[in-house]
Amino acid sequence: MSCDYTHTALHGYLDGELDASRSEEFERHLEGCRECAKALETEESLRSILQRSGLCESAPHSLRKKIRAELDAATSVPIAQRIPLWRWAAVAASIVLVAAISWYAWPGSGSGTRNPAAPPFTAAELIDAHIRSLQPGHLTDVASTDQHTVKPWFNGKLDFAPPVKDFAEDGFPLVGGRLDVLGGRNVAVLIYARRKHFINVFVLPTKEPDTPIHPPGLRQGYQWLHWRHQGMEYCAVSDVSVADLHELAQLIYQ
Amino acid sequence: MSGFDQGRGSDLLDVHERARFEQLVLPHLDAAFNLARWLLRRREDSEDVTQEAMLRAYRFFRGFHGGDARAWLLQIVRNTCYTWLEKNRPVELMSEFDEELHPQPSVSPESLAIAGDNRERLGRALETLPPRFREVLVLRELEGCSYKEIATITAIPIGTVMSALARARQRLQRALTQPPVEEARREL
Ligand SMILES: [Zn+2]
Ligand SMILES: [Zn+2]
Repeated sequence: MSCDYTHTALHGYLDGELDASRSEEFERHLEGCRECAKALETEESLRSILQRSGLCESAPHSLRKKIRAELDAATSVPIAQRIPLWRWAAVAASIVLVAAISWYAWPGSGSGTRNPAAPPFTAAELIDAHIRSLQPGHLTDVASTDQHTVKPWFNGKLDFAPPVKDFAEDGFPLVGGRLDVLGGRNVAVLIYARRKHFINVFVLPTKEPDTPIHPPGLRQGYQWLHWRHQGMEYCAVSDVSVADLHELAQLIYQ
Repeated sequence: MSGFDQGRGSDLLDVHERARFEQLVLPHLDAAFNLARWLLRRREDSEDVTQEAMLRAYRFFRGFHGGDARAWLLQIVRNTCYTWLEKNRPVELMSEFDEELHPQPSVSPESLAIAGDNRERLGRALETLPPRFREVLVLRELEGCSYKEIATITAIPIGTVMSALARARQRLQRALTQPPVEEARREL
């Protein structure tokens, strides 16, 4: 019970926090010190007990929900979003009018330099496509909650294969798929449900580098997020909360 | 306040900041809750304080300029826990930290393994340690934090993290292999 190393370097060694020379020094010491050899064995045993223990607790789902609600309350919503839905519906009919309204805060939009992370469509195009999809009979071309039905459905209809995954267990069941034309390009659309709301996820191939998930803008009561990942470009649009939309985006991103 | 600049709190963040917070900070909610859970011991209190800490983190988020988001968040969680303890259970903070390491009869790995096989008992042993010992163990063994992160989160100098862990581990071994006080009394 007299070796100094037992209460100092031994722990740095156990934790992998010694630099190479101190680590070697301790290993040399370990060969000749029975006390440290035994103590190291005990410490390793304690570590494995702690790590196997199941003492690590995850945040309960109810807490997660409460926190998201509080964050929502502490997030400012652009004035555009406070326009009542009926007024939005009135203008939605005219794409020209919508496009004329300069849309909210995509950094760099309007300036001469094109932001390399900029989404391929305008807010107006996306929201219009989203609204169109909500008309009776327009939501899905293939209605199925089975990713193994939806995925092959796209085969031969497009020159790329969109990744299709169901997230029912995470609260975002897959509803189906659809083909759409946006900005003159053929895109795959995956439709997910969130409670009574629908989320359209537009997918098309890209040669641009990956981007994180970001909100190019928030408009007229609709949320949308854009990202690129592994050669695919995604735009998710819905009237669910930005937190919910972000959760789905992250599931898809993984 | 050492470590990260916690910045100036502000009332509302915009949607871009919200999205960044979702990506960088929210993934560490489990770690935040786990730390609060072991510092405060009672589940209900831990939920309340975690919630408060997350909201504080959100308000301070403009002061976070990148880097280790987990350490940044856990530092806020820890501070919130200690403030809460000072107010609600000050007695728990009056435990000694710089206690001498007394030579102890060494504990065998076998007896530890037997004692540690029982999750309840392990949890109770951990809870008997003073908070400052408990937190370094939780951060190191349950969250896998580096010494640098532990120093940031707990505001102790990095040079003393190793000895703090040495003491904490010794205390836990003792708590695990010695019978609880009541049982010891009954045996007298
Ligand atoms: Zn030694
Ligand atoms: Zn952005």
